[in-house]
Amino acid sequence: MKSSVITFPGSNCDRDMDVALKKFGFKNKMVWHADAELPKSDLVVLPGGFSYGDYLRCGSMASKSKIMQSVINFANSGGMVMGICNGFQILVETGLVPGVLLRNKYLEFICKNVFVKINDKKNKYFKNVDNEVLEFHIAHNEGNYFCTNDQLKEIEDNNQIAINYCDENGKIEDQFNPNGSLKNIAGIFNKKKNVLGMMPHPERMIDTSLSGEDGSLFFKNLINNLK
Amino acid sequence: MKISVIITLKKDVLDPQGKVIHQTLDGMGFEDVNEVRQGKYFEIDTKETDNDKAKAKVEEMCKKLLANLVIENYKIIDPK
Repeated sequence: MKSSVITFPGSNCDRDMDVALKKFGFKNKMVWHADAELPKSDLVVLPGGFSYGDYLRCGSMASKSKIMQSVINFANSGGMVMGICNGFQILVETGLVPGVLLRNKYLEFICKNVFVKINDKKNKYFKNVDNEVLEFHIAHNEGNYFCTNDQLKEIEDNNQIAINYCDENGKIEDQFNPNGSLKNIAGIFNKKKNVLGMMPHPERMIDTSLSGEDGSLFFKNLINNLK
Repeated sequence: MKISVIITLKKDVLDPQGKVIHQTLDGMGFEDVNEVRQGKYFEIDTKETDNDKAKAKVEEMCKKLLANLVIENYKIIDPK
């Protein structure tokens, strides 16, 4: 399985993602934002970080960079594109997934482990994951998911919510919402569910020496689903 | 020609920064403030000399980059 991780000026989780993808069997290539062509890939990842210093709005500049036209074309032809954290912010700015990510409700940068409940398994990202709840890490200042009422209706009608913030037992309540996200949304799909944007970082949970291994479950499952 | 643009959050979008500024103003003694909403201001200096054409171009910039229309409104201020 071949993957590509796009590096933008200011990306800082690109190499972590490279390590994670390789650990679970992907042949990964790092792709520079100013390149026009995407290498042949089964999965394209937009990594976390602070692309273009988060100027204007997080992800807004990166969404207009040269490589993104190829990524958009790839996604529109059914290719698997996953955006993590700043990558999610870039995805919403391209319009590939609906909504926006606002400043966290209590104006704090949040850096901690959270639990997320998988809302939909009829997709290549979460199909066959045994667990209902995963422990991932979040680190962001703008992760407060918001969309219009019309968009929300469409998202819910199409079952596009991927994961919700919850407690360790999978209870989705306000008190387990770290950043004020609408409906505790931590990640969403596009309509066809080949594009996934999520705030949590699975690549930070792939080794016992890190704070957990639920990311390993995610990546092992992902590569099996793509085979 | 210089054209100015003001970008504001739409009415029903939460503005936590505006809220904190409001609270701080309140604490400073400015107690009659009803609400504060924070926005962005741009000055765009363009080579275009035709007023209408310049405004149309800036409008396109707003739609494509300067504003995110899910949460923001833009207002182009007539060049003088």
